Amino acid sequence: MSLPTPAPAPKGPATAAGERAAGATKPRSRIPFERLSRLGVLLAFIFFVAVFSIASPRFLTVDNFINVSRQISSNFIIACAMTFVIITAGIDLSVGSLVALSGVLMAGLTVNLGLPWPLGIVLTLIILAGVGSITGLAVSRQKLQPFVVTLAMMTAARGLALAYTNSEPIFITDKTVLAIGNGYIGPFPVPVVIALLVMVLAYIVLNRTKLGRYVFAVGGNEEAARISGINVANIKLFVYALSAALSALAGVIIAARLYSGNPTAGNGTELDVIAAVVIGGTSLFGGVGSIGGTLLGAFIVGIISNGLTIVNVPYYWQLVAKGLVIYVAMMIDKQTRGIREK
Amino acid sequence: MSDSSDVVVQLQNICKRFPGVQALRDVSVTIERGKVHALIGENGAGKSTLMKILAGLYRPEEGRIFLQGQEVVFKDARQALEMGISTIYQELLLCPNLTVAENIFLGREPTNGPFLSREVYARCQHELDRIGFTELRPTASVADLTVAQRQMVEIAKALALDSAVIIMDEPTSSLTPAEVQHLFKTIRQLKQQGKAIIFISHRIDEIFEIADHVTVLRDGELVGSRPIREVTYDDVVRMMVNRELAVSLSQRYEGREGEVLLEARDLTRAGAFENVSFTLRRGEVLGFAGLIGAGRTEVMRAIFGIDRLDSGQILVAGKEVTVQSPQQAIRLGLGMATEDRKDDGLFSALNVRENMTIAQLGLSSLTDALGFVRRDKEVEVTNRYVQSMDIRTPSIATPVISLSGGNQQKVILSRWLMTEPKVLILDEPTRGIDVGAKAEIHHLIRQLALEGHGVIVVSSELPELLAVSDHILVMREGLVTAHLTTADTNQEEIMIYATIKPSERTN
Repeated sequence: MSLPTPAPAPKGPATAAGERAAGATKPRSRIPFERLSRLGVLLAFIFFVAVFSIASPRFLTVDNFINVSRQISSNFIIACAMTFVIITAGIDLSVGSLVALSGVLMAGLTVNLGLPWPLGIVLTLIILAGVGSITGLAVSRQKLQPFVVTLAMMTAARGLALAYTNSEPIFITDKTVLAIGNGYIGPFPVPVVIALLVMVLAYIVLNRTKLGRYVFAVGGNEEAARISGINVANIKLFVYALSAALSALAGVIIAARLYSGNPTAGNGTELDVIAAVVIGGTSLFGGVGSIGGTLLGAFIVGIISNGLTIVNVPYYWQLVAKGLVIYVAMMIDKQTRGIREK
Repeated sequence: MSDSSDVVVQLQNICKRFPGVQALRDVSVTIERGKVHALIGENGAGKSTLMKILAGLYRPEEGRIFLQGQEVVFKDARQALEMGISTIYQELLLCPNLTVAENIFLGREPTNGPFLSREVYARCQHELDRIGFTELRPTASVADLTVAQRQMVEIAKALALDSAVIIMDEPTSSLTPAEVQHLFKTIRQLKQQGKAIIFISHRIDEIFEIADHVTVLRDGELVGSRPIREVTYDDVVRMMVNRELAVSLSQRYEGREGEVLLEARDLTRAGAFENVSFTLRRGEVLGFAGLIGAGRTEVMRAIFGIDRLDSGQILVAGKEVTVQSPQQAIRLGLGMATEDRKDDGLFSALNVRENMTIAQLGLSSLTDALGFVRRDKEVEVTNRYVQSMDIRTPSIATPVISLSGGNQQKVILSRWLMTEPKVLILDEPTRGIDVGAKAEIHHLIRQLALEGHGVIVVSSELPELLAVSDHILVMREGLVTAHLTTADTNQEEIMIYATIKPSERTN
């Protein structure tokens, strides 16, 4: 018995359907357009590196590369989790506030309550994962819109951080804790090493485990996932808990770097993080995304700030430039999506 | 009934109530292995409900289900699946972002410790070889497959689970004729393997081609269940609708001849169609035949201002116009019911009234000088159309999405009739709707022509075009290949123009 080939006869001349059929014969590709859009990101990355290298001799140096890596490490850690969230067709706006909440909580536990620092940090991560689970429950069980739920959490968590500290930073003096933000392991800043570990784990979970596969399935077709026996609610719960836990990890790093748990830390972080993920080719419609793309996206966001600072562009114009890059990334995403669907 | 050992499923005295409706009343059906059991009925007849009960999605209030002689009560869909009942839903439930193998093994991935195993591809290939779907590649992305291939993936998924019963919910509704034949070949093979297939369809001709047994439901009750050899086409139609369908489609417009409402001259849009010319006169129904992808829909979209034309002229009532937007087209007296109700026709979040008056609001007779909607007028006019079009809806405030396909289509037709168009373009006006509503729409098309409208009907069903059109234009690969008078042509002739290159035509 044979399977219908894409029935070339009924299709019109040079229609997209024909192209789609041709695409079907390509072996092993999760989605061809995904690679295309990732290629676009890579080109954008190379473009920015080239432009800044020409503009300033101080840009393309090992020191500056390590500098940029450290600058983006905390956002990238959150972006790894955000990639999971967005692949399920969700969004998490609360990450910036959770950075503040976790920073002050860690500082409060270790400085005010005098807990040993490893315990303080672990407790912070666990408590924040619990906070993320609240978001996750609202999204998965009560079926509320992720945008609204996380907007609520964003507001509430910021308020909690401010209330807990009376809007004063809690200063950290423990040398080991401070090293988490400022130390080095060999030539590598500690935050960069942590970010690399997170990246490897996130990559493995997303691409090599059932859990990762189910994240893709839920974002690709929730109903199909449910009928295939996947507990869709638990998958959603997981991604929001993960998002909060990794926000907490970033929050600890940022607090250490700033020598204080600061209730205003992480303001606007959610926007840079979402920008990195989206620039990296993860679709806001769900079902498509990669950690590698997110890494490139985070680097692009990072080197724009860094490069523009080096060539003395004022901060306000840096924001405009970042906005433009996000816009262009969305255009590339739409164009490459168009290749698939129309 | 044959040897009882062949019985796979027995549904006994099933009753199911939904708020306000008795969806199923005392329905009993027996399904045998190695047979194709067709389940038909108009929309709302209860066939979907019955199948959802068998698939474990609904629980009946009364009645019993026996599987291989054992009584079963399904907790959920998962359990029914595990016990060997697979359903291939009309809206195929696959993850387009995953590969064929990943979809087939979704929910039961082979693993290597905590990690997914690449073995999935080898196992999938093995499975595909075993069932003979040799042209499906395990590594292909589902997003790149045609609808027919996606259906194959769903079938493969069912077979990989070794299901004894495979329910197919209107599997042919979005397939081309060639793809339907392939599907039937697959179904015959499944029969030989001893699978029981439940085939839900609206298309009676298909049932006579593929089914061994036919069960007809109407208004939640079993009308009859008989071997296909014992019934005729007319029997089935009669059982389904229980009303006389004979509408006079032969009556023709007798007003002034020759008044051209719409003329197209050499319309061209690169890559879609080329040099398309035709005229549409008052009182005429012009059919557009051709295979899917022949460019018919694209022509209509360009005329209605949805897509841009590269060249060519459009004349409305003898005056040349450029239509740059649907808004402009509506002002010129055109109306268009698009091919895909769900995607570009209905506002699924809105109710019947809002869906019906949406085009008319822009023409202001329902709004006052300040742009406020005159609700009383809107309600009145909606009620009038609900009545005249015989739209079956609990109220005009009912979400349109909860109506049957036929009634949804009538809402869309009402939307356009309300704007009093001179020319009405209907793209696949009866796709996916049941026999009764289909006949009503055919009747309506003729009636519109009698009233002096010009109607263009794009349809992939030749019997439909032959029944309603005065003239038929045939397109093939973006070109008009024939302009025929309905009375002087037949299906075979149209198919030749639709499928075969002029150079290869004999005679």
